[in-house]
Amino acid sequence: MWKFHRWFERHSLILVVGILVVVSIGGLVQITPLFFIESTIEEVEGVRPYTPLELAGRQVYIREGCYTCHSQMVRPLRDEVERYGHYSLAAESMYDHPFQWGSKRTGPDLARVGGRYSDEWHRAHLQDPRSVVPESVMPPYAFLARADVDTDRMGDHLRANRMLSVPYSDEQLANATIDARAQAEPLGANAYDFEQRYPGAAVRDFDGDPNRVTEMDALIAYLQMLGAGIDFDTYQAQAPENTR
Amino acid sequence: MADRERDAVSGTETTGHEWDGVKELDTPLPRWWLYIFYACILAAIIYWVLMPAWPIGNGYTKGVLGFSDRNNVAADVSNLRSARAPMYERLAAASTAEIAADPALQEFARAAGESVFGDYCRTCHGAGGAGAPGYPVLADDVWIWGGSLADIEHTLRVGIRSGHPEARNSMMPAFGRDGLLTPQQIGDVTEHVISISAARTRLDPNSAAATRGAIIYQEQCAACHGPSGAGDRTLGAPSLNDDLWLYGGSRTEIRRQIELGRGGVMPAWESRFDAGTLRALAYYVHEMGGGEPDAAPVPATTETIAPEPAQNGQATAPLN
Repeated sequence: MWKFHRWFERHSLILVVGILVVVSIGGLVQITPLFFIESTIEEVEGVRPYTPLELAGRQVYIREGCYTCHSQMVRPLRDEVERYGHYSLAAESMYDHPFQWGSKRTGPDLARVGGRYSDEWHRAHLQDPRSVVPESVMPPYAFLARADVDTDRMGDHLRANRMLSVPYSDEQLANATIDARAQAEPLGANAYDFEQRYPGAAVRDFDGDPNRVTEMDALIAYLQMLGAGIDFDTYQAQAPENTR
Repeated sequence: MADRERDAVSGTETTGHEWDGVKELDTPLPRWWLYIFYACILAAIIYWVLMPAWPIGNGYTKGVLGFSDRNNVAADVSNLRSARAPMYERLAAASTAEIAADPALQEFARAAGESVFGDYCRTCHGAGGAGAPGYPVLADDVWIWGGSLADIEHTLRVGIRSGHPEARNSMMPAFGRDGLLTPQQIGDVTEHVISISAARTRLDPNSAAATRGAIIYQEQCAACHGPSGAGDRTLGAPSLNDDLWLYGGSRTEIRRQIELGRGGVMPAWESRFDAGTLRALAYYVHEMGGGEPDAAPVPATTETIAPEPAQNGQATAPLN
């Protein structure tokens, strides 16, 4: 035993290898099971990949650092469930790269904000938060309504997500730019095709400016679908495989 | 251990290593520290036995206590619901007057309604229901879709232009934006609307323009807002006779509404809240200042509006 120890202490390369072996055991025990345990890889009906416009909105969300003040994680605690709705499921983050769970709530949790306010409210609130919530400390994001979404790049963004196993079809990839515009143009020529490619996604003029597709459109489209997909009437939270 | 030497000064063993004549004392760990360390190891092993711990295949060891966060929260929520259930049942069966006559029930409805209102409704309708441009004041006695408890509850359930299949829908045409009327005609209608409203003392409408506008009003507006501008709650058309304006009461703002025909969206809350919460919230809003009494001829049916049959009750509601 003592001789063995000396062997490590006198050869730095062997010591490094030894350290790597010991540390990786910790990683293997903690990380690898998450790829196999049912409750972390469950698939839940209603969770779908983001549409190009929603994905663009998600990127605005990340760019502006919304996650520093807003979490997207309803914890399984009584008071949180009472306030925000059903606790978050792993499946709801399955198409998030990276996830936006966050760790701090200066503002409220946004995991189930979809459908909770009207588009018009979101517009007013993002442009001047204190116009609707007087005690808010959120900064205004009025410039989003003036910035056009860079729709030309949406195909690349979808492709990058597909490399991370988000199941976008070739057709969705090829039409990403068209779809990003189509979702904000309910009367446009491509609205029908968009709805065929992304069943269940809302097609509306989110920012109230019918002539442009702005980052405000994208962000509101993203916020309005957060947590709204899962039908908790069919999800069996109490089934043995779903309890933990 | 035979090869280990003891340091003469401290009496402690050395590690047995020597680098350029320097040796290292092998001072043992303090006993108290060591025992706490052993206790932690023991606690970890006990924890593995009691609680969910080790991943195995596609599952994990459940632990003999059967602890589950998801089960715990489900139990907590159902305890909360069953604790509230008796009050919710009484609330569902009570008329407005009966709630007001029962202090315990009234206080319960207020408290339950207030907490939901603060979290979900206040963001648009303002603290105390004070309203904001585009978001109706709830504290006054002017109602677009009806101010009885049943009306308010129905609005809460299905929302306004919410996409809910039974949603309260109304759509004012954008007379200016869509070119239905010329700017001149819109100006005339604006004067007429001012002349039939209580704002006429404040804004002093042009009588010639108002007379011209009256004809256009009868053709374009009277179908919903009524010939005299009294409004129609079954259509969600606000009264134009008062001096309360959803999108602002200046001449410019009244004209702008005729041009744009704006209408807000209120979400349908049916899927977010249980029936008891909706009733409490409706009572809270009803009590803000402008609640109207229950429709007189149908107290019996109102009382039997239980959580589920509420959907049947609404079929007659728009006909009031």
